[in-house]
Amino acid sequence: MIQVDIQLTQGTFRLEVSTTVNGRATALFGSSGAGKTTTLDAIAGLREPNRGRIALGDRVVFSSADRINVPAHHRRVGYVPQDVALFPHMDVRANLIYGRHPGTSPPLERVVSMLEIEALVDRRVGALSGGERQRVALGRALMSGPSLLLLDEPLAAVDVPLRRRILPYLERVRDELHLPIVYVSHDRDEVRRLADHVVILEGGRVIASGPPSILDVEIAD
Amino acid sequence: MDLWHITWFTVACATGATLLVLPAGVAIAWLLARRRFAGQALVETLVSLPLVMPPVATGLVLLMLLSRRGAIGRVLDAAGIDIVFTWKAVVIAMAVMGLPLLVRTARAGFEQVNRRYEQVAATLGAPPARVFFTISLPLAWPSIVAGAVLAFARALGEFGATIVVAGSIPGATRTLAVAIYSYTEIGQDRQAATLVVISAAIAFLALWYSNRLAARRAA
Repeated sequence: MIQVDIQLTQGTFRLEVSTTVNGRATALFGSSGAGKTTTLDAIAGLREPNRGRIALGDRVVFSSADRINVPAHHRRVGYVPQDVALFPHMDVRANLIYGRHPGTSPPLERVVSMLEIEALVDRRVGALSGGERQRVALGRALMSGPSLLLLDEPLAAVDVPLRRRILPYLERVRDELHLPIVYVSHDRDEVRRLADHVVILEGGRVIASGPPSILDVEIAD
Repeated sequence: MDLWHITWFTVACATGATLLVLPAGVAIAWLLARRRFAGQALVETLVSLPLVMPPVATGLVLLMLLSRRGAIGRVLDAAGIDIVFTWKAVVIAMAVMGLPLLVRTARAGFEQVNRRYEQVAATLGAPPARVFFTISLPLAWPSIVAGAVLAFARALGEFGATIVVAGSIPGATRTLAVAIYSYTEIGQDRQAATLVVISAAIAFLALWYSNRLAARRAA
């Protein structure tokens, strides 16, 4: 269970998100500028809210009232940003094992075979295609043994045929590793296929949340 | 031969000065690029001051600080260390004059590093020191080297500050730039001209290398 109840001001933009997420895969849905990435950044510990509380399961990682702010490197949250940000000066293997942690990390072979990136391990990052980058970035996040996975529009940068190929990998991660996923998207079809819970953001606020079917209602307006 | 000794001495001092400012310069550059702290504007201004102040004035400030009665010199004197009018003063003058160039170039390098790399590294469990040494530093490295080369080239040509804190003692503190001036003053134009050619050649090589690094970074 992920509880987010935060207020964050950034220039003229004001984010006020309050939601509790129970599902295996939650989609943050909304148009650009709705505050989706900012919310992910706050959960990952990359941006400090002005006020509020964030709890991952029974771990409180941020609480302004109790002066708790667990730094990003102690939150155990796997984050794949929109531009995936593979480290350009390392090869694929070095990227994958960067966050390896004895005890909590899954075996490299398992992650590599689940994402079918065996052939890429010794390649340079610059030599990868868009879809390959996505899978390597996903693998790198998984290798850190996270307790939660944050994905910022993992399919926005790739074309439609490639999306169909990457979706099954995301489903595998969700089902085989039993890892809760919070997933940013503005594509209804993706959300229906991957998420079991949807939080709709608009102008920095939660305007609705519930099962993916609530998106059908939203279409009506 | 005297000229070769002067050349060797100057290159050695400039190398020493560059190595001396490198750790502090990189640290300051990173702080200015990545952290917001009280007194930031002051640090920024102080570091750049030698770039715009008359070098002779910088030399005088150093002399006041480092002489036996100066704030720093007094402490060093008590420890038996003499700075002023020794090769150490040459190195310090060169270091202070080269620092702004290193900091400015390295800072631009750190600023160019996509923040997402550092953030992702943190989410992967890397504490700030590991993020710095495995992500920020290697990605900013070409700029750091380019900045160090500029600082080195500036150190080679240092004159104003050096002559004030170190003087022009043959065989002890006389650098290329100072020697050119001293030879010219006493009419040994041929000696001076030879040193001009030598310093031009070294400066040319340093800048050429620095530009090549910059070009590779842009590619």
